[in-house]
Amino acid sequence: MSRTSYHPSRRDVLKFLGAAGITSAFGGVMPRAFAANKLVVGVIYVGPKDDYGYSQAQAQAAAAMKKIPGVTVLEQEKVPETIDVQKTMASMIRQDDASLIFPTSFGYFDPHTIKMAKKYPDMRFAHCGGLWTADKHPKNSGSYFGYIDECQYLNGVVAGHATKSKKLGFIAAKPIPQVLRNINAFTLGAQSVNPGITTQVIFTGDWMMPVKEVEATNSMIDQGIDVVTMHVDSPKVIVETCERRGIYVCGYHADQSALAPNGYLTGAEWNWVTPYTDHVMAAMEGKPMINFLRGGLKEGFVKASPYGKGASSAARKQADTVKSKMLKDTFVIFKGPIKDNTGKTVIAAGTEQKQQDVVLEQMDYLVAGVIGKV
Amino acid sequence: MDGTTLGWWGVPIAILAGAIRVGTPFLFVSLGECLTEKSGRINLGLEGILVMGAMVGYAVSYLSGNPWLGVLAAGCAGLALGALHGMLCSLPRVNDIAVGIGLMLFGTGFVFFLGKPFVQPQAPTLPALHLGSWSTSPQIESALQINALFLVGVALAFAMHWAFRSTRWGLVVRMVGDSADAARAMGYTVNRVRVLATAAGGFLAGVGGSYLSLYYPGSWNEGLSSGQGLMALALVIFARWRPLHCFLAALLFGGASAIGPALQSVGISSGYYLFNAAPYVLTLGIMIATCSPRRSLTSAPGELSVTR
Repeated sequence: MSRTSYHPSRRDVLKFLGAAGITSAFGGVMPRAFAANKLVVGVIYVGPKDDYGYSQAQAQAAAAMKKIPGVTVLEQEKVPETIDVQKTMASMIRQDDASLIFPTSFGYFDPHTIKMAKKYPDMRFAHCGGLWTADKHPKNSGSYFGYIDECQYLNGVVAGHATKSKKLGFIAAKPIPQVLRNINAFTLGAQSVNPGITTQVIFTGDWMMPVKEVEATNSMIDQGIDVVTMHVDSPKVIVETCERRGIYVCGYHADQSALAPNGYLTGAEWNWVTPYTDHVMAAMEGKPMINFLRGGLKEGFVKASPYGKGASSAARKQADTVKSKMLKDTFVIFKGPIKDNTGKTVIAAGTEQKQQDVVLEQMDYLVAGVIGKV
Repeated sequence: MDGTTLGWWGVPIAILAGAIRVGTPFLFVSLGECLTEKSGRINLGLEGILVMGAMVGYAVSYLSGNPWLGVLAAGCAGLALGALHGMLCSLPRVNDIAVGIGLMLFGTGFVFFLGKPFVQPQAPTLPALHLGSWSTSPQIESALQINALFLVGVALAFAMHWAFRSTRWGLVVRMVGDSADAARAMGYTVNRVRVLATAAGGFLAGVGGSYLSLYYPGSWNEGLSSGQGLMALALVIFARWRPLHCFLAALLFGGASAIGPALQSVGISSGYYLFNAAPYVLTLGIMIATCSPRRSLTSAPGELSVTR
């Protein structure tokens, strides 16, 4: 055995490990501290990002963010609304240095996003759809959402002109406030054409239940419903079924006109590029977190699909008139008196609940003319 | 109400139509599993095979423009996965249930990876046979729009029923499943029969998957199957390994899936979560009902690892 061979003492090893630890700690902190013009953005989807639906609309905005110089976008699809989303956020933050996260599904907010925002106070969490309140939720979290009920109201106007049976159908996932708001806006839009129109609602129970959604569409058509719209994550199969059975359909989330060349009337689409850009710019310029970001047609958060063949000229004219009022901010969808479908007055005569009114984000009723129960 | 509506009559019609439309994949998967289990193995990987069949069927139909080619390709993909399961289980001391679970997880994950580019495009779907054109009611007409695959499945149920009783092949499969020792004594290679039975079962499950993506609901999506392959497993036990009972059970499960939406469409909306859960509740109920300690699983193949 050679006496010159070097045997590291325990102290040497500890010294070495300590030094390595400090370096890596700095390694972790330094880039974040100096990289003001670089930003890693994490986007989390509940479904596949190319499904003609909710996640696709978000992914289109994420794709637009990739074009901003200095921005890197990480994406993860099919993350369930469980503890899994916390793990996804943690790995985006710790492994990939993401400092702005877009958890895009409704169920990600409470408790998952809130918990993570408390755990990582230096990161920004921009959640889609949650109702952020200053006294309850961390300052580094926030929510963005669009007043898509404006487009659903326009859907309703066009559907009201197109229907012959005066019976419309609405396939919804869960009775949460945003869904109910869409159902109500759609119905009010249709009733502005003919007050006798009813909307049948079917809840499927979850955001993505293709077989149940098609089954619901078929039983609605069997009941004589001749225009269907929806609030589920992937409207593709519903739109295709309506087209196959020869009835009209109004789209949701993204433009599905390619799927139903004959029956597609119009649709309510997201334009998430606007809020995404606001959040990314705020993060890059070091401005405070935008906690509450909302907008409708006027702000460019949502848009209506181009009219399809089935939309009559009278329908187009009325919808365009309403749309121009919405763009000027002079149109109020939820204007009293409005009764719910149990006969109770929910908005008193003379009361106007404008889009920005957060009361609307706690909606828990269906307006008169909607057949269904919350 | 005007003349075009059915009102309450819509419910039984919707359940009947749903039984046929939703039940067809159950029928194929359960017939395939019936064959596999008759040979003495359980293939728990059917969920993975079903999803694989759905994706391959859709992809081939989209790329070739011929949906029937898609059905065939889906069957072949199922055949390959079934054969994989069969051959892995032929190795000494390999547990078929563990392999099945592995195959299910691998199958679904692998399919989602491969199927990504096919979520968006629209593939040509299978045509329907219009058996209801005699009726003036559009609802009955649409309820009787039946896919040829359903009729194939029904014919297959009868054919398998006959084959298990009166053909040499059928008896060989049953013997291998009931007593491997007897089969060996008769000079049959137990593993070969089982591999073939599992592969054929995989073929049927693959075809069942292609029905999902090419006919009803008729679109490839990652949430397409929602556990139907697993429910078909319960269905085989419920049907006591009898092909004709598989057919009835598939209709029952299909009908149960249609109850929720059908009742909501006539305005019964309370408890829709429960109605939507009807097929799963039915599965549980059946499991409890059929597992009485005295008359348990009377016609179960003797070599099945769960009953042995």
